[in-house]
Amino acid sequence: MWENIKDFASTFFVTGDPLIYGADVSIVLSIIAIVFVLTKYKKWGWLWREWLTTVDHKRIGIMYLIASLLMLFRGGVDALLMRLQLAFPNVEFLNSEHYNAIFTTHGTIMILFMAMPMMFALFNMVVPLQLGARDVAYPFLNALSFWLFMLGAMLFNISFVIGGSPDAGWLSYPPLSQNEFSPGPGQNFYIWGIQISGIGSLATGINFIVTILKMRAPGMKLSKMPLFSWSVLSSCIMIIFAFPILTVTLALLFLDRFAGAHFFTMDGGGNPMMYLNLIWMWGHPEVYIVVVPAFGIFSEIVATFSRKKIFGYKSMVWAMMIIAVVSFFTWAHHFFTMGTSASVIAFFAISTMIVGIPTGVKVFNWLFTMYRGRISFKQPMLWTIAFIPCFVIGGATGVMLAVAPADYQYHNSYFLVAHFHQVLIGGVVFGYLAGIYYWWPKLFGFKLDEKLGKWGFWFWNIGFYVCFMPQYALGFMGMTRRYYTYGWDRGWADLNLVSTVGAFLMGIGFIFQVWQIAYSIKNGERDTTGDPWNGRTLEWSIPSPAPFYNFAVVPQVKEMDDWWATKEAKANGTYKEEPAKLEPIHMPKNSGIPFIMANFWFLVGFGFTFGWVWMAVIGFIGVFACMWARSFQYDTDYYVPVEEVRRTEASLGRVV
Amino acid sequence: MAQHQNHGGHHSHGSMKEYVIGFILSIVLTIIPLVLVMNSILSKTATMITILVMAVLQFVVQLVFFMHIREGEKPRYNVQTLILGLVIVFTIVAGSLWIMLFNKY
Ligand code: HEM
Ligand SMILES: [Cu+2]
Repeated sequence: MWENIKDFASTFFVTGDPLIYGADVSIVLSIIAIVFVLTKYKKWGWLWREWLTTVDHKRIGIMYLIASLLMLFRGGVDALLMRLQLAFPNVEFLNSEHYNAIFTTHGTIMILFMAMPMMFALFNMVVPLQLGARDVAYPFLNALSFWLFMLGAMLFNISFVIGGSPDAGWLSYPPLSQNEFSPGPGQNFYIWGIQISGIGSLATGINFIVTILKMRAPGMKLSKMPLFSWSVLSSCIMIIFAFPILTVTLALLFLDRFAGAHFFTMDGGGNPMMYLNLIWMWGHPEVYIVVVPAFGIFSEIVATFSRKKIFGYKSMVWAMMIIAVVSFFTWAHHFFTMGTSASVIAFFAISTMIVGIPTGVKVFNWLFTMYRGRISFKQPMLWTIAFIPCFVIGGATGVMLAVAPADYQYHNSYFLVAHFHQVLIGGVVFGYLAGIYYWWPKLFGFKLDEKLGKWGFWFWNIGFYVCFMPQYALGFMGMTRRYYTYGWDRGWADLNLVSTVGAFLMGIGFIFQVWQIAYSIKNGERDTTGDPWNGRTLEWSIPSPAPFYNFAVVPQVKEMDDWWATKEAKANGTYKEEPAKLEPIHMPKNSGIPFIMANFWFLVGFGFTFGWVWMAVIGFIGVFACMWARSFQYDTDYYVPVEEVRRTEASLGRVV
Repeated sequence: MAQHQNHGGHHSHGSMKEYVIGFILSIVLTIIPLVLVMNSILSKTATMITILVMAVLQFVVQLVFFMHIREGEKPRYNVQTLILGLVIVFTIVAGSLWIMLFNKY
């Protein structure tokens, strides 16, 4: 009996590495600390009522934000561990298997559990406010999406202390990811973590498309909609077409592993290349899914901080819509070197270069908007300006990779690693950070400290170039990706050391940002106007932090950049004050079902990961029970009385 | 939100009968290929063609019985989305064939 338990525990828990034991201890300690604080201050009820069951898009946005920052930390620690290992030749800090696991979790976490939720955080924080709506189209579904993401991410993350991490790369290519070469639960964690959060992503895509098409304030024609909302629409269109491909691909891989199917095996009629073909049909749109909202953010920020209407609004909209479609026609550039016909290669090389065009158009539009504007260099604008050169270099190296014959040289070298980090950090991360700085006051009611922010900004930026520029050179010098160590004779030592220093500079930048948030919670400049940046769009017309119903009176939109037009009219004295008529506000009720259902999904995933079918069955029963319960819930909404609206507005300093 | 407005009953989303028919059809269309493949009943080409036909029918069943493609006040969005969906489905299938057939050894 005892022997059995010991046996089980030694395979169930990851053992043998001091780093892991350290992590075990810190996890247990933080759980104890959280439970202790919640109990001591009697906060369990508050946690349940205000957060776990909330359907308010702003709170869901905040939870996405917190989760994504935690994941940025985890992914960042992974990155630093790898850079430490590579700092000098012949380092024995991580062994090869550990290195494999770390680049796999780093890549997967950064894209699926950091970039995606940070993007959803921004969708939730901004879109309904920008549209003049009181919530998203399906608030319950929105909460469900969040909790599916969260539990999927947790499932993936526990793999490093329980069962063992996946280690077949962030896209988990077979045959390496098949049972034969990856027998442990690691790959199953990968599959189920992504599957569960993927359902959430798909639902979010649907939710925001409907919100944008159906919930705009009266008068806001699509042709007057702010560009960030357009970018969300573009991104969501890609989500609803791309994520099902991912779901099916991973389901087929799971069938191979679990049920002995032969979709991607080497024998029995399977073909591993089919997996690459399918996963990149999702994978390429995925990079556009995360980068297009960043374009939307930059468009808002450039206009606001240049005090000008965005240059070329229509071309911006077209560029984003074209990207949404063309991004589905370039996937094969990720495996040019696997071998296929020349015409295939030519087609995909050209289509790849074509997607560069709309992106170039956008860069010029931003520059023209700034040209002769009265630019103020506040934090959001700083990140925007830093983004432009960074993304231009990243775009240029991307086009170099698209030149198929040359790709045979660059493919899977450090040149590629530098390229994709340049677009992912310089485009996605810088963009989202800019957006977070920009919209932070609207959500929290105070600004983030400028001075600490600037320290963070410069550490990130300088660190970025110090880290990744040497990697382009290392690529030319023959260093390939996923190398865990190298010898002195290669001549790669100096550049690798420089690169590691750069990575740590970025790490310091992140610490400054955490400090900045903590500092600003206490000392940040309060935003009493609701319009701290002199903004142009509707979200700046309401008080900060936005009340839970967003708009006391639904706005009537007349112009593009309607709030700016209102402010101008007020300044000119041509503004006609219409008497605001308060009405009871129709709002959705909180629900615990999304949280509970996501936990059952976790059971499903955990059960399948370890091959415990009974546990998966219990999970599925729970999921269906939740659906059943929800189907017969009729009391799902309520009205906020006029008196309460008046009181809330008054407490925020507004008279209506 | 807007539960009250939407469920006011001015149009319904299909009847119980429709859902049951759709459900049965989609299950039958799934079982047929499974049985054919598991028991190797037909020749390879015939199996492939049957699977393809079943897939197309499945697509139609889903659209008609569950997505209510025939209803809706503003069919313009429906048609636009359907066309984009078809383009992408076509790209997935034809593109995969184009890329993969070269590798036939
Ligand atoms: C913050 C600074 C970052 C550093 C220092 C860093 C460093 C690294 C390193 C050393 C590797 C492994 C290279 C190899 O051995 O092949 C890697 C891989 C990767 N990184 Fe990062 N990274 C950073 C941020 C990011 C971000 C923000 C993203 C995505 C949004 C990202 C996505 C990836 C992906 C997808 C891989 C490939 C993983 C694989 O090979 O399977 N990284 N990164
Ligand atoms: Cu690509």
